[in-house]
Formats: sequence, structure tokens, C-alpha cells
Amino acid sequence: MTLTINGETVTVPDEVKTVSDLLSYFQLTNKLAIVEVNVRIIEKHEYGTTALADGDRIEIVHFVGGG
Amino acid sequence: MVIVGAGALGAGNAEALVRAGIGKLTIIDRDYVEWSNLQRQQLYSEADAIARLPKAIAAKRRLEQINSEVEIEAIVGDAGPEELEAIAAEQRPDVWIDATDNFDTRLVLNDVAYKYRIPWIYGACVGSYGLSCAFIPGRTPCLYCLLETVPQGGLTCDTAGIIGPAVQMVVSYQVAEALKMLVEDWAALRGKLVSFDLWTNEYAAVRIDAVKKEDCPTCGRHPSYPFLSYDQRTKAAVLCGRDSVQIRPPVQREYEIDELAEMFRRQGLQTEANPYLVAVSLGGGKRLVVFADGRALVHGTKDVHEAKTIYYRYLG
Ligand SMILES: [Zn+2]
Repeated sequence: MTLTINGETVTVPDEVKTVSDLLSYFQLTNKLAIVEVNVRIIEKHEYGTTALADGDRIEIVHFVGGG
Repeated sequence: MVIVGAGALGAGNAEALVRAGIGKLTIIDRDYVEWSNLQRQQLYSEADAIARLPKAIAAKRRLEQINSEVEIEAIVGDAGPEELEAIAAEQRPDVWIDATDNFDTRLVLNDVAYKYRIPWIYGACVGSYGLSCAFIPGRTPCLYCLLETVPQGGLTCDTAGIIGPAVQMVVSYQVAEALKMLVEDWAALRGKLVSFDLWTNEYAAVRIDAVKKEDCPTCGRHPSYPFLSYDQRTKAAVLCGRDSVQIRPPVQREYEIDELAEMFRRQGLQTEANPYLVAVSLGGGKRLVVFADGRALVHGTKDVHEAKTIYYRYLG
């Protein structure tokens, strides 16, 4: 499946089916990450049920505390 | 305008805003200048590190050299609910700039900002990565709403260091939004949480208006401002990314720095002092730094119990 993530075209393996899968694939599960799929922010309880499709536009922003 | 924190982001924001010629700037910070700060904290010099000047004081001195027409107020202290509410009530700032290094303080700032209906601009960075977002009462959801959409537990302490360009990038996002607010060009505001990585050349932005929660305790219909109602700061706290613990006395004290320094010297301890603080070497890599208000930093430990023991041994 090919996705556009943060403006870049990225191909992910077939096992990546949901937002949860995507976050674990990129090892972001333990980060405070906001995920937007096709301009809609996904709530944390929807991560496991939000299916991804070829061509989806995804933005991922993770929080950090330093400064 | 008020800047909360005078580290890398605080110094960068302060210099840009003072050069832009804002009327008054208040800067609050609990720390003092150390050598390791000089790589990215642009207002400070080697002389400030040698003198261990509190960052708020060193920042004020430098900013007054840059533009003497801007009134600068320096507050050496912890930015807790009491302090921030006092600033909000007395000064009614136009904008708060977030230059803190932790989410505890940001959630307090978020509550104060929405309670007093003053916009605040989040900024943070680590490594080559940074992000920023403007939170505007009545126009945008708040930080609490945003954090509610993501799973908790990832708020670890960032210890990776920061490169200067990442600091400047976050500062640029923050200052640009602040200037738009000052000239009341609300339509020009970004309305997005924006992030970048200058090393991997990534950029992302997320529209935040949809995450507003009607039952949010900070910006919802019936706000309770939970981070103000009681003092969530523990009396002793490990400082993020540093081998240090801050101890706040149960009641605020007013120490005469000279007498305090003399007391340590009489005990044969290597002691240095400036008008704002006393720094004492305790051996074993441990140092105790005491401010005039009785607040202390114990360096060389992350163990709160050990830090408290040291504090009470010398100041109990
Ligand atoms: Zn909210």
C-alpha cells in the first residue's frame, strides 16, 4: 500500500491495515502522536478500527516537551 | 507579553520580540546560566555562566542592551499556578509565549491562559525536531483537548540535546504568530499544529479546530481549570534531562544571601555567591544551589529522597 505521510510518498507492507498498525510500524506507539487521515484527526479509541487505504494522505505530529 | 522560561526558546523569543520593539516584556525562569547552555541559549555569555547569574536576570541585562526602550521585568522563580495567575491578573498580557521544558507547567499555563482569555503559543524542540501551535481562547481548542486525542504515557523526558537551528525554527513560528496577534490580524493565524525535522527534512501540519471537546475542563462549557485548583507541583521535582532535583520549601523564605554564604563557609564548604543565589560544593559530585526565596537545586542526583536529605541537612 502506498500512502502520503507528511507530504512524502511511502510504501508500507501489507500487514499495515489500520492507524494502530501504522504507528507500530514506525515505532511511534509510545510517543504522543497526533494522527490525521485525509484531513481528519483520529481519536485514540479509533486507532485500531480506522482502516487505511491506498493513496490516503496522513499527517503525523508527535509532541515533545523540551525547549 | 510574557515569556515563560528563559532557556533556548525563551532567549530566542525574547531577543526577537525586543528587537521588534514590543512595549513590555516579562520573563520568568527558575534556573541559572551554566556552560552547557551557551551552545543554543543566545542571550547568555561565558561571563554569565561564570557568575551563575539567574537566567531571568542575565536575559534582562542583555535585552536592555539590545533595545533600551522596551521595559523588561525579570522574575526569578518557579512558574506555578500562583505565580502565573498573579502575572495574568496584574499585567493582563496580550500573549503568553511558552518556553518551558515540561508539560506540567504547560498545562498550568493552558489553564491560566483560558481562564484570563489570553492567547498562548506552544513551542518545543528536541534534537533537530520541533513543533509549535497557537492556542487562542474563543477561537481554538486548548492543549488539553489536543492531548486528550492521543494515548498518554509517552511524555518522557527528552535528553537528546537540541541543535541551534531547530530552536530558531520554533522561535520563528512562535514570534510570527505573536506578531499577527499583536496587530490583531486573526485571519492570518495558522490554526495548525506544525512540526518539522531539519535533519530528515520532514514537515507536517494538522488542523486543530476539530479536536475541541465540549466537556474540556479548560476550554469547555463548564471549565474547572483543574491545574490551578490545587498546587500540582510537588515540593521536590526531578528536573527534566538533568541530573538535578528542585526543592521548594513548604513556606517561602527570604534569605540574606550574604549570611547564607557565610554559614556554608564556616562549615568549611567551598561556596560561591552572587546577589541572587549561593552555590555550594558538597563533594562526591554534588552541588547545592540556594536562591533567596529558599528554593534549592540539588545537582548530582536524580533521587528525590537523597536531595531532600541534603536540603534539610543544610537548611532544615
Ligand atoms: Zn480544551
